[in-house]
Amino acid sequence: MRTLGETEVWEALAEVPDPEIPVVSVVDLGLVHRVELDGGRLRVELLPTFVGCPALELIRRSVADRLAGMAPEVEVEMTFAVPWTSDRITAEGRRKLRGSGFAPPGPAPSSDGPLFMTITTRPRATCPWCGSADTALENLFGPTLCRTLFWCNRCRQPFEQFKAV
Amino acid sequence: MTTGGPGTTGEPAASVNQFDPETKQALANLLLATADDEFVIGFWDSEWTGIAPLLEEDVAFASLAQDEIGHAQALYQLLADLEGGDPDELAFGRRPEEYRHARLLDHPRTDWAFSVARRFLYDTADAARLDALVASAHAPLAGVVAKMRREETYHLLHMHAWLERLATGGPEPRSRLVAAMERLWPDALCVLAGVEGDALLVEAGVLAEPLAAVRRRWLAGLAPELERLGLPAPPADPPAGCRGPDRSDDFRWLWEQFTMVRRSDPEAVW
Repeated sequence: MRTLGETEVWEALAEVPDPEIPVVSVVDLGLVHRVELDGGRLRVELLPTFVGCPALELIRRSVADRLAGMAPEVEVEMTFAVPWTSDRITAEGRRKLRGSGFAPPGPAPSSDGPLFMTITTRPRATCPWCGSADTALENLFGPTLCRTLFWCNRCRQPFEQFKAV
Repeated sequence: MTTGGPGTTGEPAASVNQFDPETKQALANLLLATADDEFVIGFWDSEWTGIAPLLEEDVAFASLAQDEIGHAQALYQLLADLEGGDPDELAFGRRPEEYRHARLLDHPRTDWAFSVARRFLYDTADAARLDALVASAHAPLAGVVAKMRREETYHLLHMHAWLERLATGGPEPRSRLVAAMERLWPDALCVLAGVEGDALLVEAGVLAEPLAAVRRRWLAGLAPELERLGLPAPPADPPAGCRGPDRSDDFRWLWEQFTMVRRSDPEAVW
């Protein structure tokens, strides 16, 4: 009997798209916290991007469906063991985001120090269409929890940025 | 709402048994108070959906509401992991007088300046509370708080921008903002009060310092900004009955709204 390898599991995970931005996979977004293979048991732990994201269960189920049958026992769970941060989005993920009109997030703000002293750092973005840095923040919030709205002053196009969290 | 949502897997209820019964009760009090705060402000935020003064704010307040109700969901789950029970039942199955949110959230949505003032006061107080929980000895709580803090950065940025805009935006917005802050200040102090047993939580390492100390830290952090914008300063002490059981008619109205679907058929499954 052939033994399932971790590489195969990661390859399968890389085929599971994010339901809200399907151009990127759960691996591109850095959602996979841990893959554990123990005999006949495959366990995958995922990190929620946003606590209140309504797509979490959909993501969990898509991953479980993709992995079903790869091991006699497959378990997929969400965990808060470490916080997901936008710094986990891979270089490949950032390239794919830009390619579909999303500005990738800048570095996530430091989580050290008192939280309510962070009110001076506003996000900035480079236009994913024309590459200009001459952009204006339109709204910190957008159509989903993970997005911010910008306007490009050069090519005069609106665009979205994945929030830096 | 919790079916299949993120649980607290990884390091499950391992730390729950490390607490004596009094400390465990104090932790339950803290989780319920915090969850109810997030839950109720989330529903007040949602009252702006469709009628906010700008389309951008419609989007923003819908997002804020979704964030806060998501945070409440995670906290009700932690409480259910601690004490048993069903997070949905905790969220929707109680009578109005059984909710433990701060009196700040008993006020109705009112006008835009009032909602901005309340959200600014709530978000900054909540930030101070999260700061005091990020290194919590209750590992599942520390995990959820670390995640919440990252999202709250956006709330703080947004509400601070609005506070400044109204404070410096001419006589009418300014007078409305000042009136709202004067009305809200005493009840705002309740966000960092009214949790029985917080001293035990400090002893157990769940909370970094007693809530009264967290409150002082919050107010000291805010003071320079309030002074710069010429906005009212807080009173010395929070009022009595910070977290119920007496509830305003406005909260009872909101409760009617957010429990309506569940009360119509408590056994229904989505």
